[in-house]
This record gives sequence, C-alpha cells and structure tokens, in this order.
Amino acid sequence: MSMPRTNFRRSKFWPQRWLLRFLFGCAVAVACAAAAVALRAQDKNPFAGDAKAAKLGESQFRANCAFCHGLGARGGGRGPDLSRAQKRHGNSDADLFRTINEGVPGTAMPPNGATQQGVGMTEEEIWQVISYIRSVQVKAPAQPAGNAVHGKELFYGSAACSMCHMIQGKGGRLGPDLSTTGSARSTEYLVESVRSPSRRLAQGISEAMKEFSQEYETVTVVTADGTKFLGVVLNEDHFTLQMIDTREQMHLFEKDKLRSWEKSRESLMPAYDQKMLNDKDMQDVIAYLLAVGAQ
Amino acid sequence: MKRESMNKAIEERFFASLGITVGTGATFVLLTIAACVVPSARAQVTPQRLQDSAKEPQNWLMYSGDYAGRRFSTLEQINTSNAAMLVPKWVYQTMAGGKFETTALVVDGILYGTGQDNRAFALDAHSGRPIWQYQRVLPADIRPCCGRANRGMAILGDKVFLGTLDAHVIALDAKTGSVVWDVTALDYRKGYSITLAPLAIKNLVIIGVSGGEYGIRGFIDAYDAGTGERKWRFYTVPGPGEPGHETWEGDSWKIGGAPAWITGTYDPATNTTFWTTGNPSPSNRGEGRAGDNLYSNSLLALDPETGRLKWYFQFSKHDEHDYDATQVPVMVDQGGRHLILQANRNGFFYLIDRTNGKLVFANPFAKVTWSDSKDASGVPIGRKDASPTLEGNRVCPGAAGATNWMSPTYDPQTQLFYVTAREQCDVFSTAPQAYEAGHAYYGSAYFPNDDAEPFTGALRAIDPNTGKMKWEWKHPSPTWSGALSTAGGLVFTGDAEGNFIALEAASGKALWHFQCGASVYSSPMSFAIDGKQYVAVAAGSALFTFALP
Repeated sequence: MSMPRTNFRRSKFWPQRWLLRFLFGCAVAVACAAAAVALRAQDKNPFAGDAKAAKLGESQFRANCAFCHGLGARGGGRGPDLSRAQKRHGNSDADLFRTINEGVPGTAMPPNGATQQGVGMTEEEIWQVISYIRSVQVKAPAQPAGNAVHGKELFYGSAACSMCHMIQGKGGRLGPDLSTTGSARSTEYLVESVRSPSRRLAQGISEAMKEFSQEYETVTVVTADGTKFLGVVLNEDHFTLQMIDTREQMHLFEKDKLRSWEKSRESLMPAYDQKMLNDKDMQDVIAYLLAVGAQ
Repeated sequence: MKRESMNKAIEERFFASLGITVGTGATFVLLTIAACVVPSARAQVTPQRLQDSAKEPQNWLMYSGDYAGRRFSTLEQINTSNAAMLVPKWVYQTMAGGKFETTALVVDGILYGTGQDNRAFALDAHSGRPIWQYQRVLPADIRPCCGRANRGMAILGDKVFLGTLDAHVIALDAKTGSVVWDVTALDYRKGYSITLAPLAIKNLVIIGVSGGEYGIRGFIDAYDAGTGERKWRFYTVPGPGEPGHETWEGDSWKIGGAPAWITGTYDPATNTTFWTTGNPSPSNRGEGRAGDNLYSNSLLALDPETGRLKWYFQFSKHDEHDYDATQVPVMVDQGGRHLILQANRNGFFYLIDRTNGKLVFANPFAKVTWSDSKDASGVPIGRKDASPTLEGNRVCPGAAGATNWMSPTYDPQTQLFYVTAREQCDVFSTAPQAYEAGHAYYGSAYFPNDDAEPFTGALRAIDPNTGKMKWEWKHPSPTWSGALSTAGGLVFTGDAEGNFIALEAASGKALWHFQCGASVYSSPMSFAIDGKQYVAVAAGSALFTFALP
C-alpha cells in the first residue's frame, strides 16, 4: 500500500519537472531543426558565379591554399590539382566546403584554421575560395584520350609499373600506391613523373606536427658485416632509418651501427623514355590511372 | 624548503592539532611557528627573488630562466659524464591537440605550465601529479594565427600570469588556479591575441600582443601585478606627432602590425627592459606603407616603470618577408661590453651594444639572399629586387625565417650562443587584398621553392666574438625546438622527428636522446627537487621530465 502512495506523491511532483523537460526538449529540437535548415541553406555557394567573390577568393587561395595546391590551383608538390572538374572528395559546393572546413582525414589536408602556421578562413571566405576554384576549373573534364584497358595491360605487363607500384591492393611496394593518384594529379604532373621521376620525388609518410613529409628517397646501406642493401627510405630521424629494399624486405637500422649509409635524390624508378614507353602508350597508362582514380 | 622537512613540519602540526606533543614544548612551539611562517613566505616570489634568480638554481622563475634571457641552468648534476643514463621520470598529458609550446616555471617544488587553448596547470614537480588545472572559456569566433598556442606564464607574489588567445591578461592564484583578475588588453575581434609568457619586473607584469597577420597596431603593456590595472602602453607603431610616425605612408600606421609576441629581457643595472617586435602589416606586401615602418622588426629598450623608449634598433627596414625580430634578446657581458645577442629571423646574427643600441656587427648564420650589402654602420640592407611579386620571387630565408620564436641559449662556460636554424628558401608572392578589421591580412602568399633540395634544420653554436659557427648539429628536417644549456656542459634540444637530445656543449656530440613520439615544439628548461636535477620539455601534447635514475 505504501508503494502506490509513494508513486502517487511522486507523480504529483514529477509532471511539472517532466513537463519542463519536455518543453526544454522541444525548444532544443526546434533549435536543432533551425540550425539544420541554416546548414542546408549553406549547401549552395552564396557567391556562385560571382566574379568579384572569385577575385577575393583568389587572394584567400594564395594566402591559405597555394602553399600546397600551387598558384592557380594547378597542384603543387603536396596538394592535388584543383582545376580538374572531378574532385576526389566530392564535387558539389557542399563537398568542397566540407573538405576545406573539415580537412581530409588521413591526408595532409588540414581542417580550416588548423594548419598551425597561418590563420583560418571565415565561412564567407571559404565560399569565396570555392568561387575562385570554380572559376579556374577546366570547363569540360579532360576526356582521357588513351585506352584505359590497354593502359592496365601495360601497367601490369610490359611497362612493368606494377613491379613497384600498387593499385587497389595489387602490385609492388617500392613506390607509392597509385590508386588515387589519377584523381589528384594533373596529366602533366603524371607524365613528368614517368618521364623524369627524379625531378620531383613523391611524398611519403607525413607525421603529425611535421611540416614536410618523408619522400621516396633512394638509400644505400652497408651494414657492419658488409651486407649491402639498396632501397627506398620509409622514414628516418637523426638516429634511425626505416627502409624497404628492392626485394621488398624491410630493414630497421640504428644509423650509428651501420658501416655506411647514403641517401640519394635520384629515384630508383627508371626514367621512361620514348623507347620504353612511347607517347601513345603513355596516354593509355594515364587513361588507366584516371579511370582508377575516378572510381 | 626541502620536501622531507616540509612533510615533517606538516606532520608535527597535525600531531599538535591532536594535542600530541612532540619533543619539548618550547622546541615544539618554535617548530610550529616555523612551519606556519616559512612555507607561506617561500610561496611569495618577490621581485628581488626574480632579480636574484641565479641564487636559486633549483627553481626556474621566468620564461627564459633569468632576466638576461640566457636559458642557462647552473645545475650540473646531469653532465657530460652521465647524460647517457638519463631516463624519463614522469609525463603530464594535456590531452589537447595542436602545438604545445610551453616553458614551465618551477617554484619551490611546484611546476606551472600552460597548454593549448589557454589551459594552465600546477603540478607537484616531483611526481607530476596535478594540484590545479585551469582552462579558459574562449569565444567561439577567435581565429588566432599559427595555432592555439601559449608559451608560458610569469610568477610574482602569490600569483601566476598569462595572456590569452582572446587578448586578455589574467592573474591566477598560484595555490588554487582561481582567477584573481582578468583584464582585456584589446578586442580580439580586431585580430589581437596573446601567446607569449609575460615578464614580471618589480610590481609589474609586462606583456606584448600577437596579430601581425590581421593588421593590428602592436603594443607592449604593463599591468599592476596586484590589481591588473594597466600602468602604461607603448605602441610599437608611433601615432601622429610621435617620433617615427613619418616612417609610415598615409594612414598605414593604423594597421601597421609590429606585434611583440616573444618575452623580453631586463637589465636591472640600467633599469631597462628589452623587447622585440614583428612584421609590419601586411607582412609580405610593402605597397601602401612606404618608409622604414618603425618600430616593426626592431629591438626596443624601454623604461619598465614608464614604458618610455630609450633607444631602438631596427633589424629589417620596410620588411616584405615576415622577418619578425621576435627572438629573445639575450643579454651577455663580454670583454667589458654590455651586449644584446640576437640571431634574427632574417638570417643575420647581431651583436648590439645594449647601453646605446649601436650595432657591433652582423654576420649571417644561415643562407641569406634578401641582403647583399651593409650600410656605413654595418647594418645589412635589403636588395630592391628581393620584393615579393605577383608571380613569385625566391628569397632566402623563407617565410618561417632562419630561426623563429624558439629560444636560443647562451652558455657562459663555453661562451657560445646556440640557436636553432632553418635552411629553407621560399617563393614569396603577393596576394593583394583590402584591409577588413579582424580578417587575415597577409597581402601575401608563400610556398616552398620547387627545387629538389629538401629543407633542413640545425642547432648552431656561434662564437659571439666573431659571429662564426663553431659547430652544428644537423636535423633531418627543420625543428621548432629551442635550446637549453647547463653547467653540466650540455645543450638540450629537440627535433621535428620527436627526439629530445642532449649534446656536448663544447663539441655538439650527441650523448643521449629520447623519442617523445611527436615533434618538440617548445624550449626546454631545468630544475631540481631535493637535490635531484630534472630537465623538462613539451612535445606532442605532453610535458616530459628526465633525470638520472
């Protein structure tokens, strides 16, 4: 008998608080809905097609983005070419806004304002940058002139790219994985990388807080017992070296225990001249990279 | 007071409160009085203690360790013969992202530090256990340049002082972390922020501002340590009618920049405080601000009581490469001369007579292309064709400078000056833009030059007599770690790869290293508790301490 009475007394007290909570909950829900509507409204660039905004955006781009993406948004050593219609992390205005504002996890692209070096952008400035990117975007997506199917045959066959490069889990480990390269790099960059790979070494591991990522430098090591290894630097600091050799064996060294070690910025990748890969075949290989990158 | 004796005293007070007598009555009463009086007296950091910091090497009483800015510890327990045995003693995790730039203070067994997003903390320096933790509620719309960082606090009396990312100066109770006073330096919405550790002189807390990326008008402030009342403000960009105003075109002085974002030094002998300033705004575009742009990129000698300018020395006139002079101005007396040593972001190592601001000499300590000549007094002057262009112009040092805010150190035993150097050239290009209050206002872009050479860093030991390099310790990539020298014949520094390293001060030979797991983005310090020496450094999001086993 005492239980119902207790419940009754509680029920007299609780409805008021419950009601308050309910009302508060409603208010929160309404506020959230309003915020959602506000966010929705931002899915479209308020400055779309606005030449003046694009001009302001160019200034912002130079100050905030060109460090990696290059002047003119054509891509730099680090950042992808943004003049391509196809963007790896989404093509819509909302996608671009999100990419700039939130960054891309697992890549060197930081969230807005978190580069730790410069100043972030306001939402308005981000939209201006998007206007600018749209203004330099190549109008029609470059139709790959080559034959992607033949390019794949070359990649895994006579051109021997897959000896060192992996695409979607298949291939070698000595060079960078090329699964996403086609969506990030300009055709000129790709051609240059094949014809003269030492001119600009690929970026490798990027440690948190480090400004410059490790590159695919060539390294020759002679151990204390005279064994020689040739390969690629995976990472290093002043005291240690992590490398993979041409037989895809990993080696983890303390530098002071080695007889010698020498790094070189001459890539292990051969420079593909016309004899090794003519222009037609080059186009086919690039068509394959672009096709994979677009997936 | 030593830990054991303090514990003993507390024990005795505890027993006394229970009515248990320990020893004879008279002794007991004396002990009790001593226990009550001494600890509170020790908690008071008087201006005299700051001035006599050399008398208490177990403590680290200010950002650079002493008023001279030498970042040198006279502790010698850890030395060249045993440094190889150093081990980590404790680690404090801030659990915060971003750059952790603090130099901790240690006073009588308590360590005070600051963390990202204006965290502050007091730890038992022996165990690493927190005593209090503070975090400021920051406005959502602050956008400070270059990371939500803070480099440390000042201590005076029973308070610690810090500047905030929303441009306030606050005093916390040293024992509780409670806010004692909180004053606004200036409106953060105009681009002002504070990241440096203040400097306490007499009863004043002296502090400068950041915001050179926003077209602020820089200043250095002094606040009454007790009340927070502002006693003076020295604008680093002179207003109408003031000397130096004529070095600015039109109204450009109103947004002239010249922030003062690194802690200064103090010469009690002449009652002069030395502060350095950063770039004129916009940083890489000189159009619209014709003239030398005083007192940007300068060394300032100020009267700490009034803020009156005694003299100035401008390192980079009409700068267009972001060559901030914001490196701690280190005071050294040498051969009867009273000097300031500065390895400047512009790549030159300067010796300046601190009695009058006259240059003794300037010598490059890194690759320099912005200057190829000197004026009659030996001051390097810029090349006309080094200006940034719309297409881009390659200049050395690059935008991050040949060095930056990371502290150098001067070791009076080796008589060498150690500085973190960066070898990187950048392509400087202009990005014309209109000024808008609170918005980024660089007027510029820069990016690494596209040649094949990787960028490197080094800790360089410079002989101040000649300006020549004695040795260097090469880093695989540029680092943002400062350096500490100690009477043990050691120099400590860190690297971007996460190593904290002990080098032999005389030769640069590595004696020990520890992998912290993330880049060292701070300047190390040293302290002692109960006769045991520690070295502390912030790396990643944690504060590490090391000692002999």
